[in-house]
Amino acid sequence: MEATTAAPTTATKQVQPRDKRRVLRFMWKYKALYLLSLPGILYFLIFKYIPLMGSVIAFQNYNLFAGFSGSPWVGLEHFTRMFSHYDFLNILKNTLLLGIYDIAFAFTAPIILALLLNEVRLALYKKVVQTVIYAPHFLSWVIVSGIFIGVLSPSSGIANTMLGWLGMGPIYFLGEDSYIRSVLVGSGLWRDVGWGTIIYLAALASINPDLYEAAEMDGAGRWRQMLNITLPALLPVITILFLLKMGDFLDYGFERVFVFQNPLNIRNSEILDTYIYKAGLTQMQYSYATAIGLFKSVVGLFLLAIANTLSKKATGESLY
Amino acid sequence: MVRRESLSRKLFIIFNYTFLTLLSLTMFLPFLNVIAQSLSSAGAIDRGEVMFWPVEITTQYYKYVFEDVSIWRAFGISVYITVLGTAINLAATATLAYPLSRQEYVGRRLVLMVILLTMIFSAPLIPQFILMREIGLVNTLWALMIPTAISAFNLFVLRSFFAQLPTELIDSSRIDGCGELRTLWSIVLPLSKPALATVGIFYSVTNWNKYMDALYYINDRAKYPLQVKLRELLITDDLSDTGNLAFEITSQSVQGVQMAVILVATIPIIMIYPFLQRFFIKGMLIGSIKS
Repeated sequence: MEATTAAPTTATKQVQPRDKRRVLRFMWKYKALYLLSLPGILYFLIFKYIPLMGSVIAFQNYNLFAGFSGSPWVGLEHFTRMFSHYDFLNILKNTLLLGIYDIAFAFTAPIILALLLNEVRLALYKKVVQTVIYAPHFLSWVIVSGIFIGVLSPSSGIANTMLGWLGMGPIYFLGEDSYIRSVLVGSGLWRDVGWGTIIYLAALASINPDLYEAAEMDGAGRWRQMLNITLPALLPVITILFLLKMGDFLDYGFERVFVFQNPLNIRNSEILDTYIYKAGLTQMQYSYATAIGLFKSVVGLFLLAIANTLSKKATGESLY
Repeated sequence: MVRRESLSRKLFIIFNYTFLTLLSLTMFLPFLNVIAQSLSSAGAIDRGEVMFWPVEITTQYYKYVFEDVSIWRAFGISVYITVLGTAINLAATATLAYPLSRQEYVGRRLVLMVILLTMIFSAPLIPQFILMREIGLVNTLWALMIPTAISAFNLFVLRSFFAQLPTELIDSSRIDGCGELRTLWSIVLPLSKPALATVGIFYSVTNWNKYMDALYYINDRAKYPLQVKLRELLITDDLSDTGNLAFEITSQSVQGVQMAVILVATIPIIMIYPFLQRFFIKGMLIGSIKS
């Protein structure tokens, strides 16, 4: 490939030179590009990959002063300790339950809501509804928890005022184990259900309207049209998002749980992420907390791989 | 439309509009409630009389908020990390996204793969914390800006936008003797304003809402951003604990103060929401198609 050509980039053949010296010469010619990308690449290596390598402290008794090289190796001790911790099963159960609820509610609700929104014919009404339901997504979890603490307050919250109208006594939603998971799932829905519809609405908008007309000619009712046209059209998007969700199954999120925690509900609200924070940063059990974090990441990867394989077989859609 | 509307169809339409209206109210009314409480007397709040309109109007909580230096300092810090942090975000993201969008960049697939992997498998908290300690970022405001300089998602959004710009423009700029940085600055970026606005707004909302990173890396109370300060206020029952003695305030009105601070923390978001709306749908879609 000649460096003098006026438009060196149009044909792929030119930009993918084969022999090595040519490649190097080609790279040298565009050295500025590499230089420009260097800080960004360094960022990913330093802030994402070095900590990943630092995870080896899960197999050590890491000591701040001795560092990585000086700390003694202890094999799987921290993992055994994790499984034998009196509360570990409970924490794992909370994490798994929230993961399951997340898929059962937070994952499916946007699909249904998008289908409902798609049936709205009044453009202005649709726009107003969308504006309102997207808004909470931009609030921090601290603000969301503040709003919920206010609304759910046993003495002054509107939720309990409304329960009062129905003759039910005030409930301290945040102060009881039995309600906390519903509060977590509910606040998550409140904040993100509208936001979640965007991608489905886009997929719905790209369906060819002729399909519906043809179906109508054939005498298919609305319900049939939805089952046979709309849902199949959404399936690829649903599958991909489902796979991503599986990868995050144990990552319910630190902030959204932590901001709702208090000593009264901790039994049902402690999840792996919040426990890692407390064991690691508050109690400074560095290696132990890393072991739990590593366990979480590996299980997440495993779940993603399983879901991906299953989906490849069942629907042909996959992430990789 | 002249279509035969069956009874079940009509019923569905009624249900649909009712449901969506109720849902919108569920999203909206809590805000009204927060506003109303922040303007009502402590007694009225405590008796559960405040719904969506202030009862026994008072501005005492706002007065308290305005006179509490620690709240304003936290507000200032949040503004600082939002402005400077977003500038860093955009500079770091654009300078990486541009080379990765160019065909001439040999090995971009490898680099993209390296970045994509970080989205799937992330390092545990503690090694991240140790790294931050080692490089001296703990307890500095840099800890809230540098480690989150590039979000892989936003990087992909920008990259796919850059990639669809006409190659001829970039080539002709090179022929004119512009270096890559110059091309990026004077050709690519001006043409990418919508994408930059999208990504910039995403970043600034994230920066403004930053709580977890501050909890992990900032111990010094004087460096707390607003979200941490707000959280601290939300979990106290007694304002004298927070170190503000300027006001004799009874414990019953804590909730009023909390609601007022919630609003102070929300107002910047509300202010940019119209811009957000204009851009985010597009941005979401470019990004999600790619990933």
